[in-house]
Amino acid sequence: MMTSTILFWIFAILGIAGGIGLVFNRNPIYAALSLVLNFFSIAGLYLSLSAEFLAAIQILVYAGAIMVLFLFVIMLLNLQEEPDVQKFDAKRGVAFLLGLGFVAEMIFVLKDFAQKDVSGEFTYGKVEAIGEQLMTQYLFPFEMISVILISALIGAIVVARKYKHT
Amino acid sequence: MEFLEPNAYTYLAIAVVMFALGAVGVMIRRNGIVVFMCIELMLNAVNLSLIAFSKMHAVSGAFEEGVGPNPGANGSMLVFFVMCVAAAEAVVGLSIIIALFRNRLDIDINNVNIFKW
Repeated sequence: MMTSTILFWIFAILGIAGGIGLVFNRNPIYAALSLVLNFFSIAGLYLSLSAEFLAAIQILVYAGAIMVLFLFVIMLLNLQEEPDVQKFDAKRGVAFLLGLGFVAEMIFVLKDFAQKDVSGEFTYGKVEAIGEQLMTQYLFPFEMISVILISALIGAIVVARKYKHT
Repeated sequence: MEFLEPNAYTYLAIAVVMFALGAVGVMIRRNGIVVFMCIELMLNAVNLSLIAFSKMHAVSGAFEEGVGPNPGANGSMLVFFVMCVAAAEAVVGLSIIIALFRNRLDIDINNVNIFKW
């Protein structure tokens, strides 16, 4: 068995374990740290799909920036653990049924369609290819990203500041 | 151990499981911040499936006659933009949560129902 196969399964299991930890941890800090584990595993899966640029961006932006923001807000608000819910809750049961139904449906739909090899050569994930696309075909969306980011920045300041009631 | 070799279906199955976990988390959790984190998990699952599809089509040679200078990078570009929008969404969502907490000292989303009638 090749090393890449073993690494793939390690990252896959760690990623799904991180997702389970996010959903079922009642302490928000533990949930956030499980999500960090999930982000790192997804970066590993990107590497196994030879998308190196996106793996680096995943760690920098998600695990580095967004999760620090989440953890900062959780600690700022000093959240407590959620109280225990009742043993049987119809809403939770419906949610689990919907999730299981979605998984079963997608697994069934993709079964014949996606049985294809992904182990070959792939040069489109490199920084060179992505930079070329950003500066040619996707130049306008790339500039629009700056507008989105500046409006998010201003919007966050406006929404979260303390209003003086005059 | 031939069946353990990952193909596109394996990656897509992992992405589907992660997406379903995120969706279940959005439905059953009541803490607003955890709901936001579950949305991030769903976005990441979709990104993973996009990269898997991109590589699947690149390996099978579907990009030979595509449009543009580098058509196989379109999946990577979409993931890049999704990440940028997710960063903006996280910033705005967390500021909304802070404003909510400042006014009510509580971010249980089941109690946020002032628009309900």
